[in-house]
Amino acid sequence: MLDVIDLTVRYGSRTVVDRVSFTVSEGQWLMIAGPNGAGKSTILNAITQGAPYTGSILLQGTDIKKVNPRKRAAEVGVLTQNHFVGYDFTVEEVVELGRYSRKTGMFSGKTDEDRNCVEEALKLTGMDELRKQSVLTLSGGELQRTFLAQAFAQNPRILLLDEPTNHLDLLYQKQVFALISQWLKSPGRAVVSVVHDLSLVKAFGSDAVLMDRGRVIAAGKAEDTIVPANVNPVYRMDVGEWMQKMLSQWEVH
Amino acid sequence: MRTTHTAMKKSDKMNFPTYLIFSLITIGVMLLCICVGSVSVPLKDTFTVLAQAITGQKGEGLTWSIIIIRRLPRVLCVALTGTALSLSGAAMQGLLKNPLADGSTLGVSSGASLGAVIAIAFGITFPGLPFAGTMVMAVIFAFISLLIILGLAYKLDCSLSTNTIILIGVIFSMFVSSGMSIIITFAADKIQGITFWTMGSLANSSYVNAAILAGALVIFGGIIFGNATELNAFAIGEDNARHIGVNVRRTKLLVLICVAVLLGVCVSVGGTIGFVGLVTPHMVRMIVGPNHKKLLPASAFGGAVFLLLADLVARILLNPMELPIGVVTSLVGAVVFVFIFYKTRRR
Repeated sequence: MLDVIDLTVRYGSRTVVDRVSFTVSEGQWLMIAGPNGAGKSTILNAITQGAPYTGSILLQGTDIKKVNPRKRAAEVGVLTQNHFVGYDFTVEEVVELGRYSRKTGMFSGKTDEDRNCVEEALKLTGMDELRKQSVLTLSGGELQRTFLAQAFAQNPRILLLDEPTNHLDLLYQKQVFALISQWLKSPGRAVVSVVHDLSLVKAFGSDAVLMDRGRVIAAGKAEDTIVPANVNPVYRMDVGEWMQKMLSQWEVH
Repeated sequence: MRTTHTAMKKSDKMNFPTYLIFSLITIGVMLLCICVGSVSVPLKDTFTVLAQAITGQKGEGLTWSIIIIRRLPRVLCVALTGTALSLSGAAMQGLLKNPLADGSTLGVSSGASLGAVIAIAFGITFPGLPFAGTMVMAVIFAFISLLIILGLAYKLDCSLSTNTIILIGVIFSMFVSSGMSIIITFAADKIQGITFWTMGSLANSSYVNAAILAGALVIFGGIIFGNATELNAFAIGEDNARHIGVNVRRTKLLVLICVAVLLGVCVSVGGTIGFVGLVTPHMVRMIVGPNHKKLLPASAFGGAVFLLLADLVARILLNPMELPIGVVTSLVGAVVFVFIFYKTRRR
């Protein structure tokens, strides 16, 4: 569905992403993991044409640079970690914007399909009740679910997630990941997500790309990639030991 | 107020009754402005004269000349200028996701008036079109100003915070006023015409001016209306706009061109009239919400009403003397500016 080939992103003289290649196919949940500054989020930005790059990104075999932004958005949806909305739009208004890529003309109105998709997205994310609420009054978790609903309403085939649960407490983290797993079950879909937490990579990811300072260190099936031999040098510590120690706090004595 | 607020927020677009109410209010205020002045004309006489004018009869007498020659063109120009300024303000505030962005706060209007002043001082004209010189120069300078201001702002801070906008506005306005001073020293003989652009006045408006304003509004205001959904996306965030499939570069360029033309035409007709694009969209947003599908049409009406009332105050406050209209709008504008600034900072 999506082929990233020799992707390189430079900001000035600094190379943020260095010749990264990977492929995303149907049914996959590809996790891009690595420490801060590894260039994970920049890859997602390049895919949505938000960062200048060299190399190529192919969407269904076509160079994504040549794909009209609306057609691209109909295929690729995005959920980021931070949302700062300046004005008091309602939840519903934000979610409805997800249908933008399906609009046919400048002044064309809403179709039945638009309404159904928005309804479904609001219900799925549990934002149904809060639809008339101003987004300025929402909690972090509700705001994140609002933008997830927008991405669902967009009905893309590939969902890009940029640390989707970074500021959320555990309950919301669990909810968001459960919702996305559910979404991925429909055929013809794929998820690419950037995450910090290596346990999440193993728990939800089918495939993984481990990055450090712009380069791919290891890639493949999630369980084969996130192994001590790959992870420890990247984080410069014994990750497994640390995780065990954290987990042992929960053992019942 | 509370009930209309929620009722209006409920639907996605402005419905017909709302349009009707807004139109009636605007027409009512226009009539008030035609009747009231240094010489007040009774409403009945006003209607008679207007009916005569519409049916094509040539009227006579003092009332006729007051209304048809003096007040009607002025009222039309004031209403159209108010609409254009308010629309461009609303569009910029959506595009830049900042409620303080406006032609006057950013310094775009000053830039446009610098263009007009250069045209006067150096006698730039187009053969056959009397004020095309000032108008074209004002539009070009408005667009260049926008590019410089936004270029500077993005260099300083890519999210375009309130502080950056104010800072850039101050710097750019100072730069423009020094440019203005240089030109005035070179063209001291044309100083009277030049003062007009800096003060702002619609006292000598003509029907031709009104027609030009109306034309610019139909085309460039129309394009802004057509981009209401895109502006909603920008108002939520430029990244979000890109993610949902908005052609970010094209929309930005298109809206900025429309804003530059509207501001340029307004400046060439009435000089710099500040803060209209700041005050009306802000008040309108409190009533209809931030959705541009409602905000834009409501701002269009609101801008007309606000500037008509400001013009009325300018005319009758120190009767028979007349205040420059820009003084009145800036007075109100400064207060609203502080209010919005305080509110956005608190968040």
